[in-house]
Amino acid sequence: MTADDRIRAEGPPSSLQKSPRPGETAIRGFLFICGAISIAITVGILYELGKESFLFFQDESVSVVDFLTDTFWQPQVGRFGIWPLVLGTLMITIIAMLVAVPIGLASAIYLSEYASRRVRGFFKPVLEVLVGIPTVVYGFFALTFMTPLLRSALGANVVGFFNVLSAGIVVGILIVPLISSLAEDALSAVPDSLRQAAYALGASKLEVSTRVVVPAALSGIAAGIVIAMSRAVGETMVVTLAAGASPRNFIPGEDPFFGYILNPFQSAQAMTGYIAITANGDLSYNTIDYNSIFSIGLTLFFMTLGLNSLSRRLVNRFRQAYQ
Amino acid sequence: MSVQAPERRRADFFPTEEEYTGHLGWRSRKATWFQGFCMAMLTIAVIALVTLLYTIINDSFGLVAIVNQNQPEDIVADLGYDPETTGLNGITFDEMVGLLEANVSSGVGRRLEREQRFYENRLVFESDQVWAEICASEEPPSGCTAAPRDQANVFALVQERVVQPDVIASNQLVHSLLDPGGFEDEVASGFEAGRFQEYTFEQVEFEWRAWFSPTFLLSPASATPEIAGIRTAILGSMWLVIITVLFAVPVGVGAAIYLVEFARPSRFNNLIQTNINNLAGVPSIIYGMLGLAILVRVLEPITSGDIFTGGTSPSDNGRTILSAGMTLGLLTLPVVIISSQEALKAVPDSLRQAGMALGATKWQTVRSQILPVAMPGVLTGTILAVARAVGETAPLILVGAASFITVDPSGPFSKFTALPIQIFQWTSFPQEEFRNLAAAASIALLLLLLTLNAAAVILRNRFSRRVE
Repeated sequence: MTADDRIRAEGPPSSLQKSPRPGETAIRGFLFICGAISIAITVGILYELGKESFLFFQDESVSVVDFLTDTFWQPQVGRFGIWPLVLGTLMITIIAMLVAVPIGLASAIYLSEYASRRVRGFFKPVLEVLVGIPTVVYGFFALTFMTPLLRSALGANVVGFFNVLSAGIVVGILIVPLISSLAEDALSAVPDSLRQAAYALGASKLEVSTRVVVPAALSGIAAGIVIAMSRAVGETMVVTLAAGASPRNFIPGEDPFFGYILNPFQSAQAMTGYIAITANGDLSYNTIDYNSIFSIGLTLFFMTLGLNSLSRRLVNRFRQAYQ
Repeated sequence: MSVQAPERRRADFFPTEEEYTGHLGWRSRKATWFQGFCMAMLTIAVIALVTLLYTIINDSFGLVAIVNQNQPEDIVADLGYDPETTGLNGITFDEMVGLLEANVSSGVGRRLEREQRFYENRLVFESDQVWAEICASEEPPSGCTAAPRDQANVFALVQERVVQPDVIASNQLVHSLLDPGGFEDEVASGFEAGRFQEYTFEQVEFEWRAWFSPTFLLSPASATPEIAGIRTAILGSMWLVIITVLFAVPVGVGAAIYLVEFARPSRFNNLIQTNINNLAGVPSIIYGMLGLAILVRVLEPITSGDIFTGGTSPSDNGRTILSAGMTLGLLTLPVVIISSQEALKAVPDSLRQAGMALGATKWQTVRSQILPVAMPGVLTGTILAVARAVGETAPLILVGAASFITVDPSGPFSKFTALPIQIFQWTSFPQEEFRNLAAAASIALLLLLLTLNAAAVILRNRFSRRVE
């Protein structure tokens, strides 16, 4: 009878048996709770936003249909249509993307395809510093530098003191580093063999970058752009300080489209701006104002969640192609 | 059945020689332009950063036009000092209190004394009898229990109440340097246009002022921009950092250890992972709303400190440092988890196997083998996450950071203000002087973040050396 057979027959000797370790189990339990807290946070966010929004829609002056279709946000007279606030958010986001996508993408291409090690060593920290600056400082910058600049360049009668353009440009600057770093990661993940093949065919550096490397990294770049967009939608301080505190109520079909509804030179409150301004100061519970910020928060949550999931999907596609 | 390929000659695939050489110049010009374009875009990003820093510094220093109700030189001379050698801060404590007695109305004086008394052993504005009465009342003012005012505090009061400086106009650094006369002309024409009706031009003094100065860092907040400081805000921010770290680091690192070392692939564990990635993308203002609804409102008995102190906490609702710090902790948590996970995943598997082979349990392996190696990465990620949280403003607005507080926070249950909130408030005021204050406070905030980042680098270097 060999030792193996004996163990099979009798089980391991008691000294090798797994002994109960209460300490180990307790630590394991604690670590599991730490992991599960993140689920609790999500549940908490959804529950609170949902509950307060539900209370908001219970109010007799509010209806879900009006909330989703009305183009006036005037809590004073009981009109709660989310479109003016969404309009403000979208305008700022679009302007920000118009600023950030060319700058961020071109910077990423330069850093990944052209720059020498020394040049990268200079520019990368600069972009990292831009990420680290708090958004309230960007808000200060928008109000004391960008707005006066725009007003003196385009005329103080054209550009208002609070305006969408200034907020949009500064939000754009704020998300440049996000786009450039994510895009650069995607570009450097493209295998060198593709570049070498293109060079071997006689392509110039421009042709290699724009027709081979960028298309190959496209879903990674797109993921970065979408993430940056989600960041712009959720950005609060610049928008609150520079874009003003009056929702741009409009009558569809009657108000001039480009002269008023989409005019970037005047103020328009964004969703985050409304939440921040309303909550600033002592907001009493169970009022319609208190509940309304949660309904907007819920809308904002789903908007950013949608953008973030889209971005993750794009990244996964990119990973499948090259890893 | 085969498809007949269309017949092509060689010349269709490749350009002819003329075509090739004809395009060559254009192609290389295009490539150069593109490189220039990319370079220009990158430069724009750098210019943006430089402009931002320039704006802040430019607004933090410069010439001001100031009117003093009482000239410090006259005050000092009246007290028998030589104004050439002694400044207003050179006089004694008793003389300062005497100045206040002489210049402040008795009502204001009593209010100041009830806030905080001047001497331990005697009263200046109140009578002993009234003092004993109000201190025995239901709600005694803070002066009954607090320590007496110190020299710096009284000096600030003298500045505020006796000298009463009023900055009527301020100028920016670069403009002040290049064209100092221009500012005086501006103020003069302001007087001609009747803008400053309560003063005459002869009263105005032009002087250099550094809005960002040691006094600014050390004085409490005030409604008067000339003497306002950010001590309260800095202390508030530091309290927030402490609570954020105490909450986010153990929980975050614990969650990361669970996910990397213990969790087997299961539906629930995948859910946790996806969920953390999603939480990292939730806008900070939503965390603020979570903090408002749960920490400030539902958990009010805990966050206001009522259940610990039996209802005598310094704050009467849940809008406290504890609520705000926890909110920032929740906000930081996903980032801490993700960066700690990266650090743990970078530890080579051979270390785990070696630990297991020696008979260590999983937790023993993690504690003594894996965590020390992963520590530099964990710390760096954590500090960077906390640095981001320090600059967050929106969640603090939601959980109700008070905008105007002059009393230093005394513990996790006090009301508070923080640096970013102070910047936000000052930026939204219309007067020019508050812009200067906002700029100076921005410098302070950036310096604080720089310190945190430097700490991250130093800690990382130190730990990685020890492990090697």
